[in-house]
Amino acid sequence: MMSALALLRRDLRLALRTPGDSATVVLFFVLTAVLFPLGVGPEPNILARIAVGVIWVTALLACLLSFDRLFQLDAEDGSLDLIALAPAPLELLVLAKCVAHWLVTGLPLIIVSPVLAIFLNLPGEGYPVLLLALAIGTPTLSLIGAIGAGLTLGARRSGVLLPLLVLPLYVPVLVFGVAAIEAAVAGLPARPHLLILGGLLALSLPLAPVATAAAIRQALE
Amino acid sequence: MDEFTGTALACVRGERLVFKDLSFRVGAGQVLALTGPNGSGKSSLLRLMAGLIRPAGGRLAWDGADIADDPDAHRARLHYLGHLDALKPTLTVTENVAFYAALRGHRDPAAVSAALAAFGLSALADLPARFLSQGQRRRTALARLLAAPAPLWLLDEPTLGLDAASLDALLAVLRRHVATGGRAVIATHAPLDVPGLAELRLGSRAP
Repeated sequence: MMSALALLRRDLRLALRTPGDSATVVLFFVLTAVLFPLGVGPEPNILARIAVGVIWVTALLACLLSFDRLFQLDAEDGSLDLIALAPAPLELLVLAKCVAHWLVTGLPLIIVSPVLAIFLNLPGEGYPVLLLALAIGTPTLSLIGAIGAGLTLGARRSGVLLPLLVLPLYVPVLVFGVAAIEAAVAGLPARPHLLILGGLLALSLPLAPVATAAAIRQALE
Repeated sequence: MDEFTGTALACVRGERLVFKDLSFRVGAGQVLALTGPNGSGKSSLLRLMAGLIRPAGGRLAWDGADIADDPDAHRARLHYLGHLDALKPTLTVTENVAFYAALRGHRDPAAVSAALAAFGLSALADLPARFLSQGQRRRTALARLLAAPAPLWLLDEPTLGLDAASLDALLAVLRRHVATGGRAVIATHAPLDVPGLAELRLGSRAP
């Protein structure tokens, strides 16, 4: 447990020392989403119609930007050997890295998402569910992305390979994340969709660290 | 006395047999120097001893118990120093060493500063690692050995980039480690002046 906390604290400290890395992700999220009103035209009804989808898809893509560094930097400088040799389960340490990744990328995305929603003319009823759905959905994105980052360790062109592996796995989060918010906007209960998002999180929370740790052990061999 | 032993070990890397039928034993207070030409499998053997790679044949045992049965306990008793220094450029020297100690479950600032002092790094303690020279980086990596206790040290070319004074500091640290019942396996090209030294020469059967 102490090992995991030490790793979490180190990753957060590293992120604070180089704030540019997480700022890039947030800026990508904002700039891509802002391109849509420019590209589609300033028709409020069309924007309101696509707002939810645009926010989720750009959040997925922004998230993807950060995964190739999740384990790659530690692998390149040898830190991953030390992490794998720590007297704690590697699964727990992977989970600590996922938590750090979410705090550094997922959380900032949630914080700026209401601003983008205003840009895209999202109806007012959608905001609480937007925040809630992102809060439940983005940790799943971090966990699933870690599997991809682990599997592409040491692969050439991992930056291209990783989205191919991870994006299909993101589809359920995207579908139910969008459905929850659209239900709220239409005045229908969002709860069933949010529960499925919660279920996806509950599923990936134990499974993703196990898969990622296995991939890392394989990469270190 | 608990011994670290390997019996009839074989290692295959990328479909190439690096070594086979390799046996060793390291008792308390002993240092095993791995020598041999480049590519003879010194680094592979160290990674194998650490449990990072699985042997293609043979077994590793601690006090007679196979380490594959309890890899957690084996990881808890070893320090591994690879080719790479594993330093984060934006963290200070102290933070880099303290992180490693905390990762191994030890949060003792006094031990960290004592470790830095042993390798003459006290003046650089608050300097971010990106400003260090090659030798200073190696010394910071070596300081990790003292920041948390472990009975078995696996060192891959620890003397690389060290000047004469730092080499003496390393040898002094090794002698103290050995005197307190520690053991070490060291891949090296430099002669080591340490009591209890045995040599394992690799690569005699390499094609």
